[in-house]
Amino acid sequence: MKRSETKPDKSLFVFEAYEDKEEAADTKRVKKPDSFWKGSFKRLMKNKGAMVSLVLLIIITVMSLLGPFMNDFHYVEQDVSRTHLPPLVHGLEWAGLDGTDAHGKDLYEQRNIQDQPSWLGTDEFGRDLWTRLWKGTQISLLIGVVAALLDLLIGVIYGSISGFYGGRLDDFMQRVLEILMGIPNLILIILLIIVLEPGISSIIIALAITGWVNMARIVRGQNLQLKGQEFIMASRSLGARNSRILWKHLIPNTLGPIIITVMFTIPTAIFFEAFLSFIGIGIQPPYASLGTLIEDGYQDMRYFSFKLIYPAILISVIMVSFNILGDGLRDALDPKMKK
Amino acid sequence: MGKYFLQRAFYMVITLLIIITITFFLMQLLPGTPFSNPEKLSEQQLKLMNAKYGLDQPLAVQYLTYVSNLFQGDLGISFQSDGRSVMNVLSNRIGPSSLIGAQGMILGFILGLILGVISSLKHNTIYDYGAVFLAVIGMSIPNFVFAALLQYFVGVKLGWLPAALWKGYDYSIMPSIALSVMVIATVARFVRTEMLEVLGQDYVLTARAKGLSEFVVIIKHVLRNALIPVITVMGPLAVSILTGTLVIEKIFAVPGLGEQFTKSILVNDYSVIMGITIFFSTVFILVVFIVDVLYVVLDPRITLGRER
Repeated sequence: MKRSETKPDKSLFVFEAYEDKEEAADTKRVKKPDSFWKGSFKRLMKNKGAMVSLVLLIIITVMSLLGPFMNDFHYVEQDVSRTHLPPLVHGLEWAGLDGTDAHGKDLYEQRNIQDQPSWLGTDEFGRDLWTRLWKGTQISLLIGVVAALLDLLIGVIYGSISGFYGGRLDDFMQRVLEILMGIPNLILIILLIIVLEPGISSIIIALAITGWVNMARIVRGQNLQLKGQEFIMASRSLGARNSRILWKHLIPNTLGPIIITVMFTIPTAIFFEAFLSFIGIGIQPPYASLGTLIEDGYQDMRYFSFKLIYPAILISVIMVSFNILGDGLRDALDPKMKK
Repeated sequence: MGKYFLQRAFYMVITLLIIITITFFLMQLLPGTPFSNPEKLSEQQLKLMNAKYGLDQPLAVQYLTYVSNLFQGDLGISFQSDGRSVMNVLSNRIGPSSLIGAQGMILGFILGLILGVISSLKHNTIYDYGAVFLAVIGMSIPNFVFAALLQYFVGVKLGWLPAALWKGYDYSIMPSIALSVMVIATVARFVRTEMLEVLGQDYVLTARAKGLSEFVVIIKHVLRNALIPVITVMGPLAVSILTGTLVIEKIFAVPGLGEQFTKSILVNDYSVIMGITIFFSTVFILVVFIVDVLYVVLDPRITLGRER
């Protein structure tokens, strides 16, 4: 829908550019046109921001699996002799990771710690923050992905039924959705968590109960649009059953918007988890998530700012990457939805 | 027109009733008792306390009492604040919350508008990319992370603004900034898209062809039309401000509703939790309603009734 280029541009009048285009078009004409998915993938590959985000997310995911094993510490293992050690990486002293505290004292020297340094420091129980950071990322990502998959399942089923069967059933299901949309999500999530007792599974359940509404609306809208089209009628006149039409025609054609919605659901779920942990009703210690680490770091940020900075940077990078990748996917899969 | 508003108002009341019902029954499932020291109380004392607060009645009776009291503006008694009524506890806290909420919203709208307009007028230039990138970052970074970093760098390290507490106007500045980030980002993105769309319309070309100055074209023809759809993001933004106050008030120790909410959760003060939930939901539903009405009133092109 972009028609901003109303002003005639100089390039319109350049003759050579025009000739080049014609030639390029000629060579293309012989090629077979790309399939929808291939075309989308090509468009996505061209989007630099989205590709950088994708690479970052892959690195972060791999690190969340390998990171906890990269040194000899365990993420719940406490050690009173190593409390509140500042970050120290041999060879990276110039970057501030030199093991000195806020007053410039080298705590490793002072406490005579000879064995492995804590790369990102330790917390008040002497737990290694590098290990905890990646373990926390792992749990945050897990919650985000599982919650998004549950949303996907409930939303697709609800939306398909509502959009496909239509009529009174659809009317009723729409009213239910409208009422659910009226409830502020986060407040309901908080109430559910208090009732279910904080923990990974209760966070996932609470997120799934409240999060599927958006997906259901999108799937329903798509189904409504698609079901009047000719290919559905053709399939129907060939004797296909409702379930076949739904699974073989409607849902595959809705896949683009579904993928886009999932890409935006994951960061939302990660944010909610971190939010809950930050106000003290999320993941409970000694387990770690990005939210608990930030909360922990926030309490001590005056003297041990390293405890806050690293998880804060990591969660920000994750959220920004998911959002940019989501935007990129939206542009690639569904140019009409472009905002 | 009247019929549409009546229908909307009806749904509003139904939604609110459902929220009240869900909240009430969820509260019943909560672990622990509402009293602060149940282990020190004897059987007899617990019985007396339960009777005093009506907790010995059947659930249905408790529910009906609660709802009927609610409609008379009575939210019950706080279990943890020496028998003060919930209304009493909350009424002192609405002020600070509304102040930082309103400031955050206004600041966010103004900055977002400026950012969005610049970005659309300099479409596909470095300014545009910069603004879009800023908007994505603003939308992505969790508000409590931003607030914590802001407090650390501006409040603690630089000492430009008071880091926390609530002792005067300047204490409200940082919480308001922290709340406005999401608003800036959302408004900037939305204004940019809408402006670009309007800039391509034929009537803008006509306005330029008439020889109007670029300033008049932008202000009178483009911005006015681009701003109407921006009203629709008010709903989601109100939610982000409301939920934002939960953590931001905690971080900056603002004595508002959000801070009370997080406090009450940790001490099982059911009646206060319910009161704030209902209050937040009411505000949210009202905002959505007002946005819908405003949208219809401001844009004569919108036809009334079901848009599907």
